[in-house]
Amino acid sequence: MLDIRLYLLQRLSALVMAPLVIGHLAVMIYAIQGGLSAAEILGRTQGSFAWATFYGTFVIAVSVHAAIGLRVIAHEWLGLGARALSVLTWIAFLVLVWMGVRAVWAVTAPGGVA
Amino acid sequence: MSSTDTRMKVSVWRGDHEGGEFQIFDVPAQDSQTVLDVVAWIQQNDDPTLSYRFACRVGMCGSCAMMVNGQPRWTCRTHVKKVLKDNCIEIGPLRNLPVIKDLAADMDPFFEKWVKAEGVFHPSKTRNDQIEEIDPASVQRVKADAGIECINCSVCYASCDTVAGNPDFLGPAALNRAWTLYNDSRDAGSRKILDAVSGAGGCHNCHSMGSCAHFCPNGLNPMDAIAGLKRATAAAFFRRRT
Amino acid sequence: MIRPHRTHPLWYAFILHRVSGALLALFLPAHFWVLSMALNEAARLDGFLAWTDMPLVKFAEFGLVFLLAVHFFGGLRLLALELMPWTSRQKTLAAGAVGLSVLVSGTFFLQAV
Repeated sequence: MLDIRLYLLQRLSALVMAPLVIGHLAVMIYAIQGGLSAAEILGRTQGSFAWATFYGTFVIAVSVHAAIGLRVIAHEWLGLGARALSVLTWIAFLVLVWMGVRAVWAVTAPGGVA
Repeated sequence: MSSTDTRMKVSVWRGDHEGGEFQIFDVPAQDSQTVLDVVAWIQQNDDPTLSYRFACRVGMCGSCAMMVNGQPRWTCRTHVKKVLKDNCIEIGPLRNLPVIKDLAADMDPFFEKWVKAEGVFHPSKTRNDQIEEIDPASVQRVKADAGIECINCSVCYASCDTVAGNPDFLGPAALNRAWTLYNDSRDAGSRKILDAVSGAGGCHNCHSMGSCAHFCPNGLNPMDAIAGLKRATAAAFFRRRT
Repeated sequence: MIRPHRTHPLWYAFILHRVSGALLALFLPAHFWVLSMALNEAARLDGFLAWTDMPLVKFAEFGLVFLLAVHFFGGLRLLALELMPWTSRQKTLAAGAVGLSVLVSGTFFLQAV
């Protein structure tokens, strides 16, 4: 149940994420050393426009990518029909964007703890 | 034919579109025996009501494909000794297609999708025109030739899990044909082809799991053809917007 | 589940990509929810982060990093297959994707413990 538009969105979001995932993997490997703390995370990200852009782009791209991916799985493995698929795709996208933007805001908003 | 005392246990699927079950036959083993020979022996010597389909017996017509031990194969070109496991073989109708009876699958959906993918020749010349010269070494012709040997046996279609999960998906054979025609310089329907493979059941549903290429008895690579269609449709999509 | 028509390397690559993608998609809401505590509930976040110091949770994190890496490298292979006319050596590339993912997630694990 992928027409060319959804297919292109899926591949474009993947291309956007390719460098972001490399960055994310690198940060994880770096940051996990000596354990994680809220202060450590916020010290890196709070008030940083660069990190907000990085994670903000990541959240939008992953929401598009995951919503379309879940749509395909729901069709092929659960047999959902066209209408249910549209609803599922939109709900998955909106929930992920909403939760993701809240998370990015929480770690990059200026002021607060640190 | 050497007559031996060795006999094999052959499970053959019996039933129709409503369902069925495997029935076990005791079949004498022979030298150089193919799976099609086994099916024919059962039908001629044990149960004349067994239905199956074949024509050429030499791997040219594409009508005898069945599931052998759960894998799609041309039964005429599959030696028993290659698939015999613990002296047993399991033979069923092709996967992903409705069953007419026993081992004969209904090929209608397969061929309907062939047409739906615009896998039909779109003439660009009339009988009054000169015959076009085709350079067999040209890049485009080499691409067309790569998929030209398809004989519509439906082995790839039966192997594809995307077809199984997404009944509208046009499938590897039809898309391979569409890609072949798209690269045929004599075909005038390239725009039609790209539109036909861009819909909800089109080439973009393929997950490149490669079962089609793995099982194609002619060694074709429909996955590769579908990747070509994905590139061509994407390029056309952006070209039309600008 | 793994029926006879599926026993070949690219099908395994497919199922790995699908399962890793599905699990990552299901993990994301939890990931976002935990991080969104950072601003107003830093103590609660720290409590959670302390919990992640348990060996079993560390191992689960290693699993998540592996899922991300294998979906990433496997996805790069698919993008290359689709965008560029690279068709040969797909099995080698798929195996390489898994190898690199083990390397990356293994590095993460060694840094974590």
